[in-house]
Amino acid sequence: MTDETPSNEPVGARFREFRAGLDRPDGKRHRRPRGRGGDGGEQLTVPPADFASYYGRPVLKPPVWKYDIAGYLFTGGLAAGSALIGAGAQLTGRPGLRRVGRWTALGGVAASTYLLVHDLGRPARFHHMLRVAKVTSPMSVGTWILAAFGPLAGVAAVAELAPLLPQHGVLGLARRIAPPIGNVAGLAAAATAPALATYTGVLLADTAVPSWHDAYPSLPFVFAGSALAAASGVGLIAAPTAETAPLRRLALAAAAIELGGGHRLERQGLTSEPYTHGRSGRLVKAGRALLAVGAATALVSGRSRVLSAISGAALVASSIATRFGVFEAGRVSARDPKYTVVPQRERLAENRSTTRL
Amino acid sequence: MPHANALYGPLDPAPDAGYENPPPRMGFFTDTSVCIGCKACEVACKEWNGVPESGLDLLGMSYDNTGALTANSWRHVAFVEQPRSAGWATPAFEEQPDGPSVSPLTAAVGARTGTDTGTDPGLSPGSPAVAARMSGGPEFLGMPGAQPPGRGSGAEGRTDFRWLMMSDVCKHCTHAACLDVCPTGSLFRTEFGTVVVQEDICNGCGYCISACPYGVIDQRKDDGRAWKCTLCYDRLGVGMTPACAQACPTESIQYGELDELRERAAARVAKLHERGVPEARLYGHDPNDGVGGDGAFFLLLDEPEVYGLPPDPIVTTRDLPAMWKRAGLAAVTMAVATAIAFLGRRR
Repeated sequence: MTDETPSNEPVGARFREFRAGLDRPDGKRHRRPRGRGGDGGEQLTVPPADFASYYGRPVLKPPVWKYDIAGYLFTGGLAAGSALIGAGAQLTGRPGLRRVGRWTALGGVAASTYLLVHDLGRPARFHHMLRVAKVTSPMSVGTWILAAFGPLAGVAAVAELAPLLPQHGVLGLARRIAPPIGNVAGLAAAATAPALATYTGVLLADTAVPSWHDAYPSLPFVFAGSALAAASGVGLIAAPTAETAPLRRLALAAAAIELGGGHRLERQGLTSEPYTHGRSGRLVKAGRALLAVGAATALVSGRSRVLSAISGAALVASSIATRFGVFEAGRVSARDPKYTVVPQRERLAENRSTTRL
Repeated sequence: MPHANALYGPLDPAPDAGYENPPPRMGFFTDTSVCIGCKACEVACKEWNGVPESGLDLLGMSYDNTGALTANSWRHVAFVEQPRSAGWATPAFEEQPDGPSVSPLTAAVGARTGTDTGTDPGLSPGSPAVAARMSGGPEFLGMPGAQPPGRGSGAEGRTDFRWLMMSDVCKHCTHAACLDVCPTGSLFRTEFGTVVVQEDICNGCGYCISACPYGVIDQRKDDGRAWKCTLCYDRLGVGMTPACAQACPTESIQYGELDELRERAAARVAKLHERGVPEARLYGHDPNDGVGGDGAFFLLLDEPEVYGLPPDPIVTTRDLPAMWKRAGLAAVTMAVATAIAFLGRRR
């Protein structure tokens, strides 16, 4: 027999925890106190709603995903963006940038695989993902995208080691055939990269988590922009400045995609509150500010090594903040019954009034 | 060719899942108007299915110390105390003596009058000081008061009250989001139209847990896998009734063919309305609702959210085609942006 509660936990611990999150002991009507925790005196965008709940308990189970998944959102996006940059550099003859793109793509996808497997409740069973392919499961689709992208990115990156091989013999042959193989693999990886960067938006949206589901039109664009920003950032830091002109334009495009596609996050009613308030809101805001700063600095950096590095760091940090902010916002919205009950009540009231007309 | 309603709308799930000539769809009708909150269903479920204990603790919110459906509680009896009278019933305290004992002294005397059984849970006999302290009114210690409601508050502060009890369970949705999003095929649709997790396949990815609009399926902490009600798939296969329905002493939990249960439920609601319980309503019975109708549905005496149920759940995969379209658009935007950035000037 197993025991969920550790035996050394004092009796009543669950009760005290429960009471701490509840303001009325009878639990009949649950009213959220204004400005909870670190919110201070911030004005709520939506007036606090009065609604019934079962003693203030959440209706939904909050996601059991750990920060591994927030980290994966970043590393997966970084890998995808870098593969695109690597292919662009390959086709326009920028070998330094190509190398950085391919190695970052491999590093990103390796980290992603580790994080995804580590997050599983049963990591040793990760290969069970490969039993089926289901379009109704974004995670299954993502598994197959990663299974295609990972080896291609790996081959493209390893082909960069060809110049280290000896000129003659069997290894010499490998030295000659590696670059064309790497080029094909790099282009193929880049072809799957946009899917890798954007499917994660569907991964989060295809849940009952209110703030994620309601954001389904925005999330793929936010993640696409964030992926390009992170990859441009790493390129600006690591690639020779003579080859980074496309990255400066790409950083600007990333900002346009993320800010343009994501502006609806704050305009989806009550469920946008976690994107604007609390810790998750601060992370999302920080991500946007850093993105603006990074893109602007990239534009003026020219061939300055220092400015390029600064703008690159801001872009990478922006991507991390955005991913963790969006991840956290979903967890907040699942934990509070308000975000589940109030929008559904409003929908019912709306349907009732339209059927009456 | 998938059914036109494969993601949303009325559908018979077993044929849609590929079964040829499946048995009729089976389900639960839980009539909360006759639930007495005995939790026999919770116990029977744990016994039959070998579900580990959920930890022994007091939640201090009501007589419900299970709290919610979890990986280790596949039936959960909700308990709600409300300051209103139950349907047609006479207000609870009409013409009854009210107010606390006249003085602590009277209470202390009263404590001595009964025959001492040595196990009296009320005022402590033989200990006037303690009895006097206990008669002073309720002290909130994390448990509902042991006194009858209203004794400590006086006539003015007294309200009617009613208790709502409801045995919650997995809804076995027609459009089950947990099943649709499962990336390993661990969750599957049975020939009875129910939804079951295969524990030897589940790798604990946790996607089903975020996808369930009712917050039913859950991860077992020390095990990592997802667990929920199987509607006793092993018992169904040999024509037996699920353990919880078998154990229910008031037939609040009724098991049977879903079509027949729906008729029975409609008749029960009509009868309750006729007898003066206008607040009786069905929940999850409608094949046109957001999840295509539940395999386990309920008769409730208040709004669903009072019992911790979502008032209007919609399966998340209804919007999946639109989501993939947005992702495709974003992917194209991303590729085009990169191409333009690289085609520009060299410096």
